Formats: sequence, C-alpha cells, structure tokens
Amino acid sequence: MSPNIVLVVTIGVLFAAGVYLLLERSLSRVLIGVILIGNGANLLFLVAGGAAGRPPIVGTEPEGQMSDPLPQAMVLTAIVITLGMTAFLLALAYRSWQLHRHDEVQDDVEDRRIARLAAVDERAFTDADTEIASDTLDVEAAEARDETDQGAPARETPREVRP
Amino acid sequence: MLLLLAVHLAAAVVAPVLVRWMGRKAFWVLALAPASAAAWALSWTSRVQAGNGPVENVEWIPVLGLNLTFRLDTLSWLMTLVVGGVGALVLVYCAAYFKTSAAGLGRFGGVFVAFSGSMLGLVTADDMLLLFTFWELTTVTSYLLIGHYAERKASRRAAMQAIVITTAGGLAMLVGLVLLGESAGTYLLSEVIANPPQGTPAVTVAIVCLLAGAVTKSALIPFHFWLPAAMAAPTPVSAYLHAAAMVKAGVYLVARFAPAYSTDPTWMWIIVVLGCGTLLLGGYRALRQHDLKLILAFGTVSQLGLIVLLVGLGTRATALAGLAMLGAHAMFKAALFLVVGVVDAATGTRDLRRLSGVGRELKLTALAGALATASMIGLPPFAGYVAKEAGLEALGHLDDTTAGMIVLVAVSVGSVLTVAYGLRLWWGAFSTKPAVVPEAVSESTEPGTSIHEAAHDAAEPAPITHPSLLLVWPAMILAVLGLAVALLPALGEHLLAPYADTYPEGEPGHLVLWAGLTPTFVLTLAILLTGALLFVIRERVERWQTAAYRGPEADRVYRRFMRRLDDVAADVTAVTQRGSLPLYLGLILVVFVVAVGGTVLGSTDFPAEVRLWDTPAQAVFAAGVIASALLVTRARRRLKAVILLGIGGYSVAGLFLLHGAPDLALTQVLVETVTLVVFVLVLRRLPPYFSDRPLAASRWVRLALGLAVGVTVAGIALVAPGARMHLPVSTDFAEEAYSFGGGKNIVNVTLVDIRAWDTMGEISVLLVAATGVASLVFLSRRAGAIYRADEARAERAVWGGVPDPMAALRRPGGDSAAVDAGGMVADRDESAVPSSASRGREWLQAGRTLAPQRRSVIFEVIVRLLFHTMIVYSVYLLFSGHNAPGGGFAAGLVTGIALIVRYLAGGRYELGEAAPVQAGLLLGLGLFLSAGVGLLALLAGGEVLQSWIIDIHVPVIGDIHLVTSLFFDLGVYLVVVGLVLDVLRSLGAELDRRAESGEDPVGGDAAGGDIPGDASEQVGATAKPAGWDGGVP
Repeated sequence: MSPNIVLVVTIGVLFAAGVYLLLERSLSRVLIGVILIGNGANLLFLVAGGAAGRPPIVGTEPEGQMSDPLPQAMVLTAIVITLGMTAFLLALAYRSWQLHRHDEVQDDVEDRRIARLAAVDERAFTDADTEIASDTLDVEAAEARDETDQGAPARETPREVRP
Repeated sequence: MLLLLAVHLAAAVVAPVLVRWMGRKAFWVLALAPASAAAWALSWTSRVQAGNGPVENVEWIPVLGLNLTFRLDTLSWLMTLVVGGVGALVLVYCAAYFKTSAAGLGRFGGVFVAFSGSMLGLVTADDMLLLFTFWELTTVTSYLLIGHYAERKASRRAAMQAIVITTAGGLAMLVGLVLLGESAGTYLLSEVIANPPQGTPAVTVAIVCLLAGAVTKSALIPFHFWLPAAMAAPTPVSAYLHAAAMVKAGVYLVARFAPAYSTDPTWMWIIVVLGCGTLLLGGYRALRQHDLKLILAFGTVSQLGLIVLLVGLGTRATALAGLAMLGAHAMFKAALFLVVGVVDAATGTRDLRRLSGVGRELKLTALAGALATASMIGLPPFAGYVAKEAGLEALGHLDDTTAGMIVLVAVSVGSVLTVAYGLRLWWGAFSTKPAVVPEAVSESTEPGTSIHEAAHDAAEPAPITHPSLLLVWPAMILAVLGLAVALLPALGEHLLAPYADTYPEGEPGHLVLWAGLTPTFVLTLAILLTGALLFVIRERVERWQTAAYRGPEADRVYRRFMRRLDDVAADVTAVTQRGSLPLYLGLILVVFVVAVGGTVLGSTDFPAEVRLWDTPAQAVFAAGVIASALLVTRARRRLKAVILLGIGGYSVAGLFLLHGAPDLALTQVLVETVTLVVFVLVLRRLPPYFSDRPLAASRWVRLALGLAVGVTVAGIALVAPGARMHLPVSTDFAEEAYSFGGGKNIVNVTLVDIRAWDTMGEISVLLVAATGVASLVFLSRRAGAIYRADEARAERAVWGGVPDPMAALRRPGGDSAAVDAGGMVADRDESAVPSSASRGREWLQAGRTLAPQRRSVIFEVIVRLLFHTMIVYSVYLLFSGHNAPGGGFAAGLVTGIALIVRYLAGGRYELGEAAPVQAGLLLGLGLFLSAGVGLLALLAGGEVLQSWIIDIHVPVIGDIHLVTSLFFDLGVYLVVVGLVLDVLRSLGAELDRRAESGEDPVGGDAAGGDIPGDASEQVGATAKPAGWDGGVP
C-alpha cells in the first residue's frame, strides 16, 4: 500500500516542531511540544493503519471501504488522555508559578549537588559502616561480647561461702 | 521433607511468641525442629545406604518446570545429620548461654530455626533452582544472625560484608546452574550429575560460576576474610553457621558436582590452587591470633580448604576421606566454639593473654575442649585422625603425580600448622600460665603485646565464674561422638562409601584406625611432632610472624574496593544524572533517531510508489497544521502560541474526518476547545511572554534534533503502511461489533466492549490526572467548596479588583464610590440579599456576583439559551454513540464545554449553580459504574465486561435496543465530565478566589507586559475569554 505524502510531511513537521519545543525549559512550551508530538503520533497511527476510507459504521458503508476502526479507537482515547495530561501539566505550571513566579523547569538540585561532590571526590553521604576503619579484626573481635549468663559468681566468693 | 521444612517454618514463626512466654527455655522447644530432621535422617539410614533414599516431588510452578523436588542420598543424609544434630545441640546450648534479660532473643531464635530449615532444604533439594532458593535463604538468615547485635558497628559491617560476598557468589552460581540446566535440558540435580553435559565452553563457564558460589560461601581465598569478621556474631551462631552448617554449603556444592566435573582441568586447578592456598593461609594466620574465636575462625578457613580439596579432587579415596573429614570437622569445630563460649561466659574475655587457670576451675569444659582439640589436630584415636589419615593415604596414591605432590605437601604443612594452633588454642584457653598480660594491654593488638613480651607477674588473670553445666554438655556430646565414631571406622566407611562410589575414578578408599606402620602413618607422626615443636617454640614463631611482611590484607582490599565502587557510582551518577530535563529528553531522542532511524535506513525497503494525497482537501488541512506548527515554534507570546496550537488541532480534526474517522474528528474538536480554555485559565497567572534563553547555540542543537526526529518519524510513516505482514486484527470487528456488541459504530463498540479493558485503564488515567490537578491547586484538600449563588459575598465581586473604566456611565448616583473601593458590585444592597424575584429576572442566576465591568449581556443570553441544548445534545451523543459517531467521551466533553460556558459567562457561582456536585463524586461514580458493569457481567455468568443485548418492545415509543455496555459508556461520560469540572473548580474557580482574596499576586507582574489588541481579539474569536483576563482592561 502506498503512503500518502501529504500526511507523511505533516507528521514529520509536527514531530520536528514538537521536539524543538519539547527541549525548551519553559513548561508551557514543553507542553505545547508534547501536544504537537501527540497530534503527529495520532496521525501516524492512522497512516500506519491504512489508507483513508469511509467511516467504520456498520450498515451505512460497504464493508470493504471502511477505514480500520482499531487505530481509531486507540487514537480516540489518546486524544482524551492528552487532555488530562495537559490539565495536569498546566496545574504543575501554575504550582511552579506559585512557588517561583515562573514556569521554567530547573535542573535538579540534588543531582547537581552529587555532581559537584563527585567532581571534588567527596562523598554525597557518609556511612560509618562502610568507612575504611582503622579498627583491625582483633580490636573488633575483642569488642564483640555476647550477653552471656556468667553463672555462679567469681571463685573468691564461693570459697568464702561454702566452708 | 516438606513436612520437616514446614515444622522449621512454624517453629521460626512462633519462636518470638514462645520466647516471650517461656523466656530462654523456649530454645529447648525450638531445638525439637532440627532434632526432628536429624532423627528423620537417622530413620532412613539403612535405606539411604542401600540407595533407596526417599524422593519427594511436589509441583510448584508447572508452567516454568519448577518443582519442589527433594532427594535424600548419602551426601544429603550426612549433611542433614550435621545440620539437624549440631543445630539441636546448639539451640539447647542457647537455653543456658544467654542472659535471661538478653535483648532480641525471640528474633534470634526465630532466625536461627529459619536458617536451620533453609540449610535442610539446601542439602536435600534435588532441583537446582530450588537449591539456589535455599542457598539465598541461608545467606539472608545468616546475615540476620551475624548482625544480631545490630547496634554494634562491627556486627553490622561483618553482616554486610558476609551478605555482599556470599550473594555475589550466589548470583554467579545461579548463572552456572542455569547454564548447566540449559545444557543438560533438565534442572534435576540427580539427572545432571548422572549425565553431565561436557566439553562445551558454556560448561566451563558454568563450572567457574558454580565454584565461585562455593568459594564465597565456604570462605576460601580470596574471599576468606568474611568468616573471621563474622565472629562478631554470638558464639552459638559461630558454632553452628561457621563450623557446621553454612560454610559447609560450599563444600556440599563442590561435593555434589565433583563426581560429574572433577576430571575437568578447570575444576581441578581451581580446587587445587584455592584449596591449598586457603589451607595454608588459614593455618598461618590462626597461629598468631590472641582471640580464641579468631583462632577457631582462621582454623575453620584452613580446614574448609582441606575439605574442599579432598572432596573436589575427584578420586573415590579422597572423596571418602573428605566426607569423613566433613563430619569430623562439624563435630570438633562446633564443640570447640561451644567450649570457647563457655570460657567467654565464665571469664568475660576470649583473649588468651588474659586467661590463666581456667582448666583447673572448669574441668569438664577443659576435658571437652581437649577431646575436640585432639580430634582437630588428628591425634589417634579420634575422628579427625581417621579422616586425615585416609586423606593422606589417598593423596599419596593420586594418578596425577604433579598435582598429587603439591597437594600432599600442602596438606602436610597445613596439618602441621593445625597441630600448632590447636595446641595453642587449648593452652591459651585452659592452661595455668605463670604470668598474664594486664587488662589494659589486652585492648591493644600492636606488636609487642603478645603474652611472651607483655606478660606481667603482677597482672591478675581474668576472674573466673562457673556458668551452668548445661553449657558443657552439648560440647561434650560432640567431642565424645568424635571419639566414638572413630572407634568404629568400618561403620563410617560402610555408611559413606555409597557416595564415594559415585566418583568415576580411583580405587575405593578405606577408613581405618590402625593400618600398620605405613608411610602415611610415619608422615602423620612427623606432622604431629613438627606441630608440637612449632607449639613449643611459639614465642619465636609469633615474633617472627609479627616481623614478617604480611602482604595486603584481603579485608582491607575489600573495603577499599567497596569504597572505590561507591566513588565510581558517584562519578557515573554525576556524568549521567545531570538533572537537566532537556538533556535527558535529548539523549532519549538521539537514541531514538540512531536506533529507529538507522533501522529505517538500513534494513527496510522504501515504497516504490507514493500517492500525493487521498483527497486534495487533505492538502488544505495539512497546510493549516504545518503552518500553525511552524508559527507556534516562533511565537514568543504565550497566548499566541496557544491559539496557534488550537488552530493546528482543529486542522488535525479535519484530517481525521477526511481519513474516515468522524469519531476522532468530533473528539479532537471538543478536546481542542477544552484545552484552549484550560490553557487560558492558567495563562492568567503566567507571564505573557516566554522568557528568552540566553544560549543561542543550544537553539541550533534543538533545531537539528527536532529535524532529525521529524525526518525519522516521516521515514517511519513512509514505511509503516507497507510493512503490514498479517491481516489486521480488526477485520472481523465489523461482524463482532454488530452481533456481539450490539452496535453499528465499530469504534465505539471497540471502546466499550471489544477493548473495554483498555478504556477502563484510560479512564483511570483521567481520574488520576483530574485528582492530580485538584491536589496541585488545593494542596491539602481534594477539592474546594461548591460556590452557590446565594452564598456570594457582597463586598467582593468576582473578577473585580481593577477599576471600572465605565463606572461613570453605568447608573447615576451612589455606585462610583463602591466601585472605586475595589470593583465591588455596584448595587450592593440588592446583590447582598438577592430576592427571588430579582433572580427570576436574571438571565443567569449568578450573573450578579460578577463585577459589573465583567458582565456581558449578550454572552449571558446566549449561554442561557444554549446550555440546555448542549446538555440535550450530549445526552443524544451518549445514547446514539453506539450506532453513530459519538459516545461517552464526546458526550462528556460536550457537557464539559456546556459547564465551561456557564463558568465563563457567570463566574464560579454560576458554575456552582450549573453543577452542584463535587468532581470527585462524578469521577468515582464513573469508574465505579464502568467497573461495576464489568463485574455484573461476571455475576451473570459471562466474562468480565461482557455486554448483553436487551431488546424490548415498548408500546408507543417503539423498539428499544439496549446494550449493557451503555452503562460502561455512561461511566466514561461521568469521568470525562468530572475531569472538566475538576479543572474548572481548581484552575478556574480556585484561582479566581485567590486573586480576589489576595493570596495570588496578580495584576502588575502577571499582566504587566500584556498588550491589549491582537491577543484579546484572537481569544474572542475562539473561546470568548476576552475581557476577563486579569490584566486586560
């Protein structure tokens, strides 16, 4: 089956523009990019599903000329989910504005901290258990005592008591 | 065997409760579990000896071929005896060893029994994967036991070290087991051993992996260091895990696979090198320790090397000696650990430099220690002697003379060391010394603190108490057993020979107490004498050892390696986790371009012919899409970008329509409209312009990547239509939709019936998204209030806050002052208490709550007229969707838009009047309805989400064709309405309220740069939000 050049070009442009915006820092631009890519992907779904046809409604159209209903069902839910995601990302943008007065996606602070520490060969956290301790095996062994039952008291005491 | 495992499990589970009830006496009860295993093994003795051991097979996961298969042969029998017998004795020992007030005894008992059960499973499992499972269980339980004193750093570190090393080995072993299982075609241990796969590189790798597991578990070099460190565990744990049970798991593995692979040169050399090395290193280091437990630990390392050597070398004679050694070692080493525990309990120290006169005070303990030591150093007539004698004899007759000589020399030297440290141990623990080291010095392990150098006549030895005699008996039993079995060597040979006979090579060996004055006996004598000499000159040996170069300690190397690993991990994290979203996305996209684009270019055929379009109209809509997409990328004003995006979206809807997808076109148009509104609601807050990015260079990178992705996807779009190899699954959808789904609109039937599970998942996503939006705005609540018109606050008008430029024109008199005070409702009295009469005359119930300059009579009239029509239309879409374009999604969106226009025309109080319900209720009800329909179908005897078609003839109305999936669609409808309502309540109403109450600063900074004119005109053309945006006058 031969592809439809107009749709192919449209898809390509939607993806290119979408990716260009997706790599921005402003959350609303990122979101616009995502929506553009979503539109492109939806079209790609239809194109991959086959050529254009008549609406897939039984009875009104001859069966052989119908377009494939399965990609349509998938795309339909994808469209609505895009709406949900748009709303969510916009709520994020609002929250970002509330906190920082802009909607830029900043670099992760924790990641930056780790990178900074790694650059100077410092540890991001210290755990005494994993340190190269100066304690040798013998010292540690000497400290390891069980909670034992000593039994009868030391030998001096019984000698005094028994006789 | 399953029953025994269940007994262990039950005992482990009830152990904490039991200990709370009975205190430390509970260990008596717990000891019954391992004791039952030992008794059970004993009851099978004769049948196992005859080769008729029990086999149990319970299907576990048949699909994966995983079965619970257990088998008891001679090797398993011996191991079960050791595991069960020593386990029971050590548990009895625990009943007197710990203080009654000791912490964590319940957990200790439980884990101990669990370990015992895991060990039992490990040695009886006949399925290799089952064996691995138990192997890892012993690793985990031993971790818990070593780290019993979790508040001590040394304990935690030792436990962590042990689990890291043994788990790493265990994983390697798993690889080996899987390689073997796949090569052999079966995972049954007995079958693999009977017909071992040979010769392929995979088998060689498997052997190395298996031995890696054994080497780590049995603490052979270079992984031996975890065992001495694990002495941080309570002494009973050392006696059980580090003498009898866990470290023997590696030996067991070697012994299990030796009959199959001992002839392999890889196997052979690994065993010889690591076995000899461990034997010598362990003995050498044991000579120099002051801590009794450390002497035993290094001694155990040494002995493990010996046993692995004997069972791994692969002749019948060495195998028999190895098995005998295994049993003997379990007895004498466990006994010695228990004895050391008694000394520790009695004196409060295990430092031999501080002990003197213990033997005189604790005579029975000293006797048990002496018997066990005699067995360890191979003094006749003890089990250790019999086993070692058989081993030396067997080694002297190896076929491979080079390896034989190496091993024989190593074992002889190792035995000399064993004699020396064995004697030193007993001397250190029990002898009466002329002088001991003062307590202060004993805390140091520096050179020069040995007993020979630092002893003081004035120093008092550690005081000695008399612990319960119960502590001595388990050790005594084991020590006497070591003597008893040696007196009946023929019985031992008889019992163990069936295992040795499974080896393919060599003459059968013998266990004898007195074989005459053979060269081996002479060698034994020489060993004993040299060892004794080494003990006598211990002072010089110790001094020499202190002075000699020690080489890098494996423990240090390990810690440094772990530290380096942490550093590398940090470096890798620093390089890969830059924390920059564009970078991450860019990387993902580059991978996409390279992998997918490369495949498209490299290995697909591009279609020979292409069509320009299906219909010319496609070109028109496509041009709209392309133009809007290109302009969006260049837009610097947010609102402009959003409007352009909307135009593109509507054009895509046109493409859908032309493609033969009316449902999609409908949904796309509706969604695009709602999206636009949601955007504008939030854009009220965001700055009007996108901020500039200073780095111009990155723009070109983004552009290049965008183009690359665009071209790649276009390539996919070119190739995809021709790539179909199979018939579409949807070929029968038309037929199925009509006859089973009861609908003519195939897309809708697909959504609510054929692929209803998908839809269910998708509306769940919508629910989550809606909840997420509400939570991001309300933060600590799920939803805000529902604003009803009669609750409107008179002193604060909706969307007020800016001066009304038309105030002077509105109504003469009295109003201007109120408006000046902050955009209040002009006729204050009237709106504060809206009379029903006045409300009746309003077009919209809550219109009065708006600031006067925000009201639009035309808009209100249109909304009043349109709202109910839209609702009716959405109901129509909902009900007709099964047979014509429409359905729950479209219907829900239309209802949502109806709510939106009510909100836009009348503000948040109007929204409350239009939809006086919480969005969460709608969402929950919707999902409940969809899922409920599915479950009802299940109750009615069908499958989940199956539809039922009901045709009823109703007089007057006509035929009603009802399909139960309508209720599913109703659920979809409710979820979509709930989503829109949630958005309006949070991003609409709540943001309004915050602007009015001053929680959100608006005005100046949000709208400062906004230029009235083009933006508001464009907005007015599409969604009519013009004029109410915060800053537009």
